[in-house]
Amino acid sequence: MNPNVTPPSQSAFGAVEAEFDALTSGVAALSANAETATPPETASADATQTQPHPSGGAKPRIRIGSAPVHASAMQSAESATVDALSGAGRAGAAPARESIFDVREMSVSYGTNTAISGVTMQIQRNMITALIGPSGCGKSTFLRSLNRMNDSVKGFSISGQVLYHGHDVYAGSVDPVEVRRRIGMVFQRPNPFPKSIYDNIAWAPRNLRMKDDLDRRVEYALRGAALWDEVKDRLHASALGLSGGQQQRLCIARAIAIEPDVLLLDEPASALDPIATLSIEQLMQTLKHRYTIVIVTHNMQQAARIADRTAFFSLEATSRAGVLVEYDDTDVIFTRPRDPRTSDYVTGRFG
Amino acid sequence: MSGGSGSLSPALGPAAAARGPWSAGRARGTKTDRFGDALLKSLCAAASLLAVVILGAIFYQVLDGASAAFSQLGIGFLVHEVWQPNFGHFGAATFIYGTVVVSLVTMVIAVPLAISIGLYLSTTASGRVRSVVGPLVEMLAAIPSVILGFWGLIVLAPFLQAHAEPFLHSTLGFLPLFGKGETTGLGLFTASLILTIMVVPIVAAISRDLFLTVPKDLQDGAIALGATRWEVVRGVILPSAASGVVAAAFLGLGRALGEAIATLQVIGGGNFIHASLFGTGGTLASRIAEDALGTPYALQLSAVFYLGAILLAMELVLNLAAQAIMRRFDAFSAVAAR
Ligand SMILES: Nc1ncnc2c1ncn2[C@@H]1O[C@H](COP(=O)(O)OP(=O)(O)OP(=O)(O)O)[C@@H](O)[C@H]1O
Ligand SMILES: [Mg+2]
Repeated sequence: MNPNVTPPSQSAFGAVEAEFDALTSGVAALSANAETATPPETASADATQTQPHPSGGAKPRIRIGSAPVHASAMQSAESATVDALSGAGRAGAAPARESIFDVREMSVSYGTNTAISGVTMQIQRNMITALIGPSGCGKSTFLRSLNRMNDSVKGFSISGQVLYHGHDVYAGSVDPVEVRRRIGMVFQRPNPFPKSIYDNIAWAPRNLRMKDDLDRRVEYALRGAALWDEVKDRLHASALGLSGGQQQRLCIARAIAIEPDVLLLDEPASALDPIATLSIEQLMQTLKHRYTIVIVTHNMQQAARIADRTAFFSLEATSRAGVLVEYDDTDVIFTRPRDPRTSDYVTGRFG
Repeated sequence: MSGGSGSLSPALGPAAAARGPWSAGRARGTKTDRFGDALLKSLCAAASLLAVVILGAIFYQVLDGASAAFSQLGIGFLVHEVWQPNFGHFGAATFIYGTVVVSLVTMVIAVPLAISIGLYLSTTASGRVRSVVGPLVEMLAAIPSVILGFWGLIVLAPFLQAHAEPFLHSTLGFLPLFGKGETTGLGLFTASLILTIMVVPIVAAISRDLFLTVPKDLQDGAIALGATRWEVVRGVILPSAASGVVAAAFLGLGRALGEAIATLQVIGGGNFIHASLFGTGGTLASRIAEDALGTPYALQLSAVFYLGAILLAMELVLNLAAQAIMRRFDAFSAVAAR
């Protein structure tokens, strides 16, 4: 699979693009809510986004999410999915590499144990960024620090900055709940709720008052996760009756049902067989048109197959803290890495 | 392979190793082994049998003791309100009513309170608070009920009578439940509060332990979907622990139904049904405790056994209901776990 840029199918990409603008302006509006200084143009964007929405009583934290733009967004997502599956819309990177995350000098410790130190990297929009590296080098820690999933971990402390669309995720005024609602996450072990398939997906939208057309939203999420055809006849059966691979795709569906901006995946296929893994990988390729994807993987071939950009983390010999060794286009990392540690690792010579 | 045999070799020795793996160590199925098995089996069987026999004996004795009252008072005993042994009036309705009302009020107050405490201790509280408050809550359950009843009589009842009851009466007095109170502060409401204090620690401690067992990855999954803490509690923690919490609540209810001494101390010993919670009354258990010792009339003693039979029947129904509810939850989780 060639990660390089091919010109996208005009129609499909156009639709995705338009909808994505809506999403990002929504994000700007979100941050405008959270922060005191409101740039005038985002304020007006906020107003135009939210005013026509019929249900005035929605919670503030989802005003953007439930704006009417999504009716069309859901349609265009489906068409984009169809296009991508049929191979017509295999868009690689967006022409200009716009970063969604700008991580600066991030260091994370648990108690006195430093897990990662001094990581600076940018994560670009509509790309798959893979994080690879030996066990314990802090890939999960890094990933979970992007959407504040580590907040509840005992002893967790972070320094440096995580800028998301230019806004510090860890700023005092930011609500971590809103961060996680924008930046979805899928875990290593499939963790569906002990509810029906339908309720697994509908749960978060209901919480967020995205109740209009819930059936359609569930279908859209399941289609998006390439699970619809397998489960459409048993939506109200327990999700725990699904196979591991199906459960994992359900978790992905659950994450995309609330239309996040970014999907973080921590070894999503490590508990799955090769066929299920392949279907998850194909799914990634489809999803990246709509979402920005960051994936941790131990499987080097997987990173090489699916990622546009790859970051290699490793443990620093002296401090035993995880550091970012090298971050580049995937083919650079795998064919001509600059750092000898990277080439040792990707060629399997790592001790 | 080599690691495994290495760790075994001291026990085996070269000779045993030569005989192959099956003769390694002492052969099982010897006489002593079989004797041990049989002993364990019969001990367990005897213990279970003993429990059944005791249960049967109690049932028999209660029913036997009540037989005189059964034949003389009949089924009308259940609906007859007045209990005045001197005049030969025996009715259980006041005590059935008192038992039901006191239990209901107790559960209505205790269960939400206990679940909140359990949630607080398992999810919100810092480790420090957890390690101090948790044991304190459990210690509450260790207070002997007589002492709790005594405290209710001396402290709680006057307080309720002076402050809580007038307030409740003035705000909710349009409901007959919150009618005018007695002058002593003793009554159904006070009894409910004392029972609440007895039930809360049990239910709180069990639910806290249950909430702590809810898998972290389920909670993480919910948190990663932008759920607030309350949404995680409502959507993941409570449903996962539901069947256990129901079981805990029924355990608490069983305690409330059966508690005699503390109830007797604070319920005011009324012989009539009062619509108001602030009125006096009695529960089956408190009346049994009050009258079981030294009654001059044979019929009264038999009527007390009759009350006991009713209480037994109530507890039995409660137990069956609890099992049915839990089976439903378990059936759900069995489907879920498939
Ligand atoms: N919840 C936690 N509490 C304390 N220390 C932790 C916690 N999670 C991770 N660590 C420590 O942080 C370091 C990095 O762990 P992390 O899980 O991020 O590594 P990883 O690269 O994801 O490893 P793997 O590939 O095995 O998943 C390790 O030393 C680990 O022990
Ligand atoms: Mg990890």
